[in-house]
Amino acid sequence: MGTAVDKNSSEPVLSIDNLKTHFFSRKGVARAVDGVSFDLTPGEVTGIVGESGCGKSVTALSVMGLVPNPPGRVVDGRILFHGKNLLDLDITALRKIRGAGIAMIFQEPMSSLNPVYTIGNQISEMFRLHKGYDKKQALAAAVDMLERVQIPSPHKRVNEYPHQLSGGMRQRAMIAMAMSCDPEILIADEPTTALDVTVQAQILDLMHRLKDDFSTAIQLITHDLGVIAEMADQVVVMYAGQVVEQARTRELFQHTLHPYTRGLLASIPVLGHRTRGMDEDLVEIKGMIPSLHDLPAGCRFSNRCPEVMDTCKTRLPDLTDMGSGHQVRCWLHTKGGSA
Amino acid sequence: MVLLAVSFICFLIFRFTGDPVLMLAGKYATQQEREQVRIAYGLDRPFYVQYANFLGNALKGNFGKSYISQVDALDTILERFPATFELALTAICISLLAGVLLGVVVSIKPKSLVSRLIMAGSLGGISIPTFLMGILWVMLFAVFLEWLPPFGRGETVQIGPWRTGFLTLDGLKHIIMPALTLSGYQLAVILRLTRAGMREVLSEEYIKTAWSKGLSPFTVIVKHALRNVLIPVVTIAGLSFGELIAFSIVTESIFQWPGMGNLLLVSIFETDHPVIVTYIMMAACIILAINILVDLLYAWLNPKIQYN
Ligand SMILES: Nc1ncnc2c1ncn2[C@@H]1O[C@H](COP(=O)(O)OP(=O)(O)OP(=O)(O)O)[C@@H](O)[C@H]1O
Ligand code: SF4
Ligand SMILES: [Mg+2]
Repeated sequence: MGTAVDKNSSEPVLSIDNLKTHFFSRKGVARAVDGVSFDLTPGEVTGIVGESGCGKSVTALSVMGLVPNPPGRVVDGRILFHGKNLLDLDITALRKIRGAGIAMIFQEPMSSLNPVYTIGNQISEMFRLHKGYDKKQALAAAVDMLERVQIPSPHKRVNEYPHQLSGGMRQRAMIAMAMSCDPEILIADEPTTALDVTVQAQILDLMHRLKDDFSTAIQLITHDLGVIAEMADQVVVMYAGQVVEQARTRELFQHTLHPYTRGLLASIPVLGHRTRGMDEDLVEIKGMIPSLHDLPAGCRFSNRCPEVMDTCKTRLPDLTDMGSGHQVRCWLHTKGGSA
Repeated sequence: MVLLAVSFICFLIFRFTGDPVLMLAGKYATQQEREQVRIAYGLDRPFYVQYANFLGNALKGNFGKSYISQVDALDTILERFPATFELALTAICISLLAGVLLGVVVSIKPKSLVSRLIMAGSLGGISIPTFLMGILWVMLFAVFLEWLPPFGRGETVQIGPWRTGFLTLDGLKHIIMPALTLSGYQLAVILRLTRAGMREVLSEEYIKTAWSKGLSPFTVIVKHALRNVLIPVVTIAGLSFGELIAFSIVTESIFQWPGMGNLLLVSIFETDHPVIVTYIMMAACIILAINILVDLLYAWLNPKIQYN
């Protein structure tokens, strides 16, 4: 399903390198994103999975430069877009990239469109801002975009307000807006979570097609491994602000290494691929995600891990390459764990 | 319905506070003369007939003559209306413009010194009573700085039935202090409303979307955030406009403003019932009319409401 782009042929369009985004409050420092690294490749979908609160959205917002500050701040790392570190750019330079180079869509299509402006107004804003179109040209371009995302009777819809559209329609409009300036990167933060299953499939299908047409790199955030299996070329599994496993999608599903990833796979009825190593068909991962204010000293999964060892509780394993780009952060697979 | 209730209350005031016969016929009239007056004004007839008469006359715009000047009560009040209207209009403009502007500033930089000062000032605006605020302005601008005249409406220009003070420099100078005084409370309310609204709206998803499009801070804040906040703010401002017109009594009396509020005060002192009653009926009408206008405005601002 995923387009078979050769792993080594494409340069990454975005490289996130050891990104750390922390939130500062009276309770202390919440290390929401704590040393995350991954690349986005043109024409590929990179799926980001993990439980609620593991830092998926904060990673995305850090790329856009939209971390709410205060309380949040990117404290370390680099985000390289065409070799330029976005974290070094001033607001004017960043604004030129937002929307035009990197676009983002959000989970709730109702609340992510402004209720007091028409769809057309909100889409044409992009053309006027980034392409310098006048009002008329921009509106015509907006109609074109609506057509591209297969909204029926776009000439009529362009003058309608968000509340006049159905949920799926709104998300299509959101996608039209995000894709309007042909961005190199589309960050989609749970774009289908709020939609029902059939609509969800249509939207994913649409994104897949647009990605191939525009050869966009998509960062697809979700906690639905079914969506990942369907859409992603590459998967990044996050836990408590860190990447715990990363691999090509097929590799990850076939050779799952990290106990947390296995737990995720086992707790969701995924069609087809079934992981080994878990006895039951559907198992909840036991225990609670540790508080970001009070993380375990060693492996952050150690309080829930079924295979926890003594080392795990005191020493944090490094992300280790197991060959062919499959990386995992676990003492089971890293040398020095059993010492 | 509302007007009917108000008219009934007015009628009760009219009829049962003090004996109008005493006033109409004079203190030294004989019993016979009083009876004549009573019959002449229909005051001998049963209660409901009197009320029906009153209503019928009111509908025709006839509220009786002022006891004092013997001029039609409605005319007396309408003559004063432009002064009050202009004062209220200026006041509402001041409070809307300044209130929204300051509210936005405070919501964007909540922790800055300027914002803290503004918030402290708005507390003052809400808690300092109007008469004190008026006196403070007079002390500052009229007594201390001697920039502005302390009372009256200054030079006016008559345009048809309307007497305006907006067209002369003197008139404009005269309106500043009363308008500031009258706007004080509303300004603080609008400021606080705007701040609360902006805080809420700025954390909405569609604002995140707007930022992610690469829009300028001005566009995000004014076009995408403020426009949403203005819906409730303008509604409240509109509603309070009616109140400003109807109840500018304190301000008008401090500045000797020749408006309806001042007229009402005088009429109360003189127990000039027809004028008082007409004033109350007018106030009810104005507030009602403004309510309807504000409803229309709200619908126009809010695309979710449509009259198909
Ligand atoms: N505005 C904020 N203020 C303080 N802390 C925040 C804020 N936003 C996020 N965080 C912290 O960052 C952590 C990660 O949040 P994030 O939104 O990235 O989670 P997520 O992985 O996207 O989860 P979900 O699946 O629920 O969207 C949260 O647990 C929270 O502690
Ligand atoms: S390091 Fe230890 S605790 Fe952490 S996931 Fe691996 S086995 Fe489990
Ligand atoms: Mg999220």
